[in-house]
Amino acid sequence: MSAPLVALRGLTVDFENGGRMSRAVDGVDLEIAPGEALGIVGESGSGKSVTWLAALGLLPAKARVAGSVRLEKQELIGVPARVLEDVRGKRIAMIFQDPSSCLNPVHRIGWQLVEALRLHRGLHGKAAEAEALRLLDQVGIADARRRLQDYPHLLSGGLNQRVMIAMALAGQPDLLVADEPTTALDATIQAQILALLGSTRRDTGMALILISHDLGVVAENVDRVAVMYAGRLVEEAPGTDLFGAARHPYTQGLLAALPSLIGPRRRLAAIPGTVPDPWNVPAGCRFAPRCPVAEMRCTNVPPPARSVGFRHVATCHRQVEAGYSVWSLPQALPQAAE
Amino acid sequence: MLTFVISRLLRAGLTILFVMTFAFIVLRLSGDPALLIMSVDAPPEAVAAFREAWGLNRPIWEQYFSYIGHAFTGDFGKSMRDGRPAIDLVMERVPATLAITMPALALKIGLGIPAGIYAALHRNSMADRLTMAASVAGFTMPSFVLALLLVLVFAVQLGWLPASGSGSLDHAILPIITLGTGGAAIMARFTRSAMLEVLGQPYIRAASAKGVNWHRVVSRHALPNAAIPTVTIVGFMVGSLVAGAVVVESVFAWPGIGRLLVSAVANRDLAVVQAILMVIATWMVAANFTVDLAYGWLDPRVRNATAH
Repeated sequence: MSAPLVALRGLTVDFENGGRMSRAVDGVDLEIAPGEALGIVGESGSGKSVTWLAALGLLPAKARVAGSVRLEKQELIGVPARVLEDVRGKRIAMIFQDPSSCLNPVHRIGWQLVEALRLHRGLHGKAAEAEALRLLDQVGIADARRRLQDYPHLLSGGLNQRVMIAMALAGQPDLLVADEPTTALDATIQAQILALLGSTRRDTGMALILISHDLGVVAENVDRVAVMYAGRLVEEAPGTDLFGAARHPYTQGLLAALPSLIGPRRRLAAIPGTVPDPWNVPAGCRFAPRCPVAEMRCTNVPPPARSVGFRHVATCHRQVEAGYSVWSLPQALPQAAE
Repeated sequence: MLTFVISRLLRAGLTILFVMTFAFIVLRLSGDPALLIMSVDAPPEAVAAFREAWGLNRPIWEQYFSYIGHAFTGDFGKSMRDGRPAIDLVMERVPATLAITMPALALKIGLGIPAGIYAALHRNSMADRLTMAASVAGFTMPSFVLALLLVLVFAVQLGWLPASGSGSLDHAILPIITLGTGGAAIMARFTRSAMLEVLGQPYIRAASAKGVNWHRVVSRHALPNAAIPTVTIVGFMVGSLVAGAVVVESVFAWPGIGRLLVSAVANRDLAVVQAILMVIATWMVAANFTVDLAYGWLDPRVRNATAH
């Protein structure tokens, strides 16, 4: 495997909230190769977005970030703002959940696109306008010339997300971090945007990180999936392995909660309990209180990350066998019924 | 856009008419000017003659329509004190009032807006807390208290500036500071909260994520958005340029509209009071109209909403 494009090592994010510290991200190790598509899945509050906001220095000042984020040889944690400004948009671009509120309401689409082009490619005037038109065209916006003159409130959410993608592409980044890019959109628009992200990645060769709470969104669009729970990485595997042979009880629980289009109809299993509050996490495995196969050591000792297959890592004491879901065990049922 | 302007102008005209009607009725209900001006022990024939001369013996609705009718031709009646046209008396006082309220407005904007922006950008810092504490002190202190305090320090104790009166630039300084302080405090608080609101918006983070440096994020992405609510407050302040100095003019014996209003009310000089209220209302309405236009200019969402 080639050298990673971006490598997170022990990335930790604490928020100071009313005097008490709460840990949103706890020692995440993760790599992404050039051109790779990585999905990051987890419930809200699992730290999947915060991880990447921290990597780009986009968190508010009250957040304390520790650990390391390397973009090739460049460290990004603890460096001056000027260094990060050169990385943002140019090496690593990011798009967000609610496109319509991510575009500035008082500036025209064209103004905002040209700003990115001037910043990252030094384009001005006619050249910048021509490139802006080309970018809007590339992301499938019809009537691009008129759209350049429009304000964001005149465009639908789906169109605005296309504009955001065009703006992200303006810097020709090596990595695009898409943070829940389709959550605020209709289901049909969602599929179009995901298809656009996929084709753009193939055309430009950039790497893609797709952050989502929706396993279905991630499944079809990435090479590899990382699952986060309560600020920690719990499982990491190539997409096919993860969906076919998940080894962490949490991942298995997420899969069991998905409806199946084939086979007999069955009750969808819900994972009992709730995500622990970030200021009150269990000492051992954070999933232990909700896990049907938790043991004594799960509650007390943090589990190590263990290789369970080719590029497949699960952070679990219980080495659950492949193809065997803990949620189909009899002891899982009474708990699930609660 | 044109229909917007026309409907606004019509509404402005109605507002002014309403103010004039209200002033007319209230003033007629609140006492007899003939008795006040002629004094209570004047001979009844003299009082009757006064009423006859000023038309006060006619039915009130007749007086009203005659007043409104003349107002349309620019005739707002004559002062019962010295017989000069009321509107002239008022207009000649306007420059004196503007001479202190305009610099005070500059002080409010020039001090308040930068202080508010600075406080928002350094939220929860010592500077922010000091600015906000000063602003609470600034707008909770009544202007007559501040005026007397300033007089005590700068006129009585230090002897640097005159305590009251007009005629030189020095005379204007204390009234301007008195007027400007409270407004600057309000402006600072308002700008700070508008700025904080904008800085929390997703498009600010998105602009940073795009690689825009912080200085430009603030100046080109945040400020134009924060300007929209701030304009409302500036509009209020512009609206009060004419009428906002009643107390301060009285304390400093500054010969502006405020003092004319106080003396005209005390003397029951009906035409003058009515003319003052009409001028104030017109100015206010014009200021509001300008604010509405400014909204459209600053906020494309408003522009599109009014275009259709």
